[in-house]
Amino acid sequence: MLDVLTGFVSELRAAGLPVSLTESLDAAEAVHHVPLEDREALKYALAATLVKSSTHWKAFETAFEVYFAMRGPQYDIDADDGTDLDRPDDDADLPQGEGQGGRQGGGGGEGLTPEELAEMLFRALMNANEAQIAALARQAVGRFAGMEPGRPVGGTYYLYRTLRNLDLDRVLERLMESARQEAPDGTLTPLEERLARDEFQSRLDALRKEIEDEIRRRLVADRGTEALARSLRKPLPEDIDFMHATREELASLRRAITPLTRKLAVRLARKRRHGRKGPLDFRSTMRHSLSTGGVPVDPKFRYPRPAKPEIMVIADISGSVAAFARFTLHLVHAISSQFSKVRSFVFIDGIDEITRFFETADDVADAVHRINTEADVVWVDGHSDYGHALSVFWERWGEEITPRTSVLLLGDARNNYHATQSWVVQEIRHRARHVYWLNPEPRAYWDTGDSVVGEYATHCDEVFECRNLRQLEHFVTELA
Amino acid sequence: MSDVRSRLADAGYLADDGIAGVVYLADRLAKPVLVEGPAGTGKTELAKSVARVTDSRLIRLQCYEGLDESKALYEWNYKKQLLRIQAQRVVADGDGADDTSAGDRATGAAGSGETRSGVAWRDLEEDIFSEEFLLARPLLEAIRSQESVVLLVDEVDRVELETEALLLEVLSEYQVSIPELGTVRAERIPLVFLTSNNTRELSEALKRRCLYLHLDYPSLERERDIVLTRVPGIGAELADQVARIVRSLRTLDLKKYPSVSETLDWARTLVVLGVESIDAEQAKATLHVLLKYRSDLERASKELTVADAQA
Repeated sequence: MLDVLTGFVSELRAAGLPVSLTESLDAAEAVHHVPLEDREALKYALAATLVKSSTHWKAFETAFEVYFAMRGPQYDIDADDGTDLDRPDDDADLPQGEGQGGRQGGGGGEGLTPEELAEMLFRALMNANEAQIAALARQAVGRFAGMEPGRPVGGTYYLYRTLRNLDLDRVLERLMESARQEAPDGTLTPLEERLARDEFQSRLDALRKEIEDEIRRRLVADRGTEALARSLRKPLPEDIDFMHATREELASLRRAITPLTRKLAVRLARKRRHGRKGPLDFRSTMRHSLSTGGVPVDPKFRYPRPAKPEIMVIADISGSVAAFARFTLHLVHAISSQFSKVRSFVFIDGIDEITRFFETADDVADAVHRINTEADVVWVDGHSDYGHALSVFWERWGEEITPRTSVLLLGDARNNYHATQSWVVQEIRHRARHVYWLNPEPRAYWDTGDSVVGEYATHCDEVFECRNLRQLEHFVTELA
Repeated sequence: MSDVRSRLADAGYLADDGIAGVVYLADRLAKPVLVEGPAGTGKTELAKSVARVTDSRLIRLQCYEGLDESKALYEWNYKKQLLRIQAQRVVADGDGADDTSAGDRATGAAGSGETRSGVAWRDLEEDIFSEEFLLARPLLEAIRSQESVVLLVDEVDRVELETEALLLEVLSEYQVSIPELGTVRAERIPLVFLTSNNTRELSEALKRRCLYLHLDYPSLERERDIVLTRVPGIGAELADQVARIVRSLRTLDLKKYPSVSETLDWARTLVVLGVESIDAEQAKATLHVLLKYRSDLERASKELTVADAQA
């Protein structure tokens, strides 16, 4: 057990979770107090001692599933006994049968045709029979995933193959159809319809998770724990690279950014309040000295009024860097109370001011949506042209830059070999307080190919590499 | 562990496996529990229920910005100390008359007077820095208590990072050091719950000393059961509908998701209104109990009408 535990802890550390020595000692002690045959209890005991942040839960769960996959009691023998061919004749009454029956059917189900399997799955989903859903998921994997021992492909490939064969979208429609028929008057009210859909959706999600688990279990058996843990390791939300995030990762980024902005706002507000004290407030000091007989024991200070910077954000929202620009805009606007004014501009090859979207919409997601649909950012062909965008900016809004303005330029500076017009940045710098450039590309790629960030960099105060939320957060903190 | 669960259920708190497991471990390992999660998911309620289950007194420390040692740990009763000194002086003045006459007679009067006042001072110091003049604040109170207690440190994320350090000694060693008195150790180790709404990252040092429990919105079944146990006079069908609608709402992209306490409020509202089964109209009319932002309300009712259009 100790070996497994130390292996598990080092896997967590490798995945980026900060697990200290005392925490792993706690975990070892906690394990003594839970019944080892209870897998869920073990999971929660380890989670309580090792994971100290809700964003790390996902990474923990993945590692846990891998390390303790084959050790659950119910998976001991019947996990991959696909050879067990005594297909029982009681398949007919399976849908009514309880867990154990379903599992036997799952084990012996090699002889089922895909249609029968689909039918059973449909009925199991309809009745929300969890044990049976699990058994069928196991069988579906055995049948459709086509797993080959030793083949070095990731679990997602098998997952995709299984799901394609099951065609869950159609299953959902069928479920909805039969729910409609079951209703007393043949139709559902809109509300019921929606609720039923959500209900089935959550059952399908459970099925999907079941299938993922099954694939993972089989992979562990095939390749061994450590190797698999390494290949399943995913970056934590704050370390996800903006440029290469998958759709799923983007969703988790979006979820992560709201609490992040809230934390940032609180922190900055506090910093302001508790920072350096202002000049001596003579009147207040004298007033308070009365209670000590006129001796000014406790000097009072005025509240400091630190200058709030004005921010202008100029963001490239062409395909490759769109996600990055969105997150930055989101973050800057969420803490706009920390700045005296925030104005944002987006461009591809044309440029448009989008501050109005943030003003009218009270929801940042809404604003981002409207930017994507309404802003006028395409001039000729919809390929990034930094030079043109910047010179138009200078023409139209250059006058409004004041010595209190900080200008943020966001983009990878991949200019498609257009003219750079870097004199604009130079002019901006003359007028503005600071000019910063945030580049979502890794530093190593700068000035390769059509990237001209170096040319702009000479006129900026500083250029930052800003590839993930952690770096972005750091920059924004420094800025305010 | 299932025992923990059933006893919590008796106290009116429906725990899932994770919660029951962590509470059980906290008791076994004698470690504090840090409970984190969105507002209104029953973090504070958990501590209260545990106190009820174990028949302990609940000592609550509500954290806020500017909380300091004298409000969290202990404070010297300054006014009483002053009175004590005053009283001493009155007595000493009475003695003083004798003193001077004795001093006249003796040769080294000044020297002996000094030692005498030195002794008096030390006596006095020992006197005014004794337990009698100590005002115990929640943390010290929890440590000193003879009966079993549950200590709840509520919304610990509201104190500043520096103030967190105050808690560390109490949480890891269950002791409080008072320079004048020495160290006060816990007679009985209290069960400690810290809650946090996650408005800022807590320090590593604090997290390391705690078991961590993330309380999220409950699953459909659990929420339904919670509604059933906490709202008197609600029918099973209505509870089921309530839970399902709330789950649907939580899948939307809202600013603030309806919390468990808001679900309960909503269920109560519906019971009071005499609703037995919700339809879209009634749901829309009472949504403001669940959702507290205008944009959320708009979006939710839009979702309900979108469903209308589909049908």
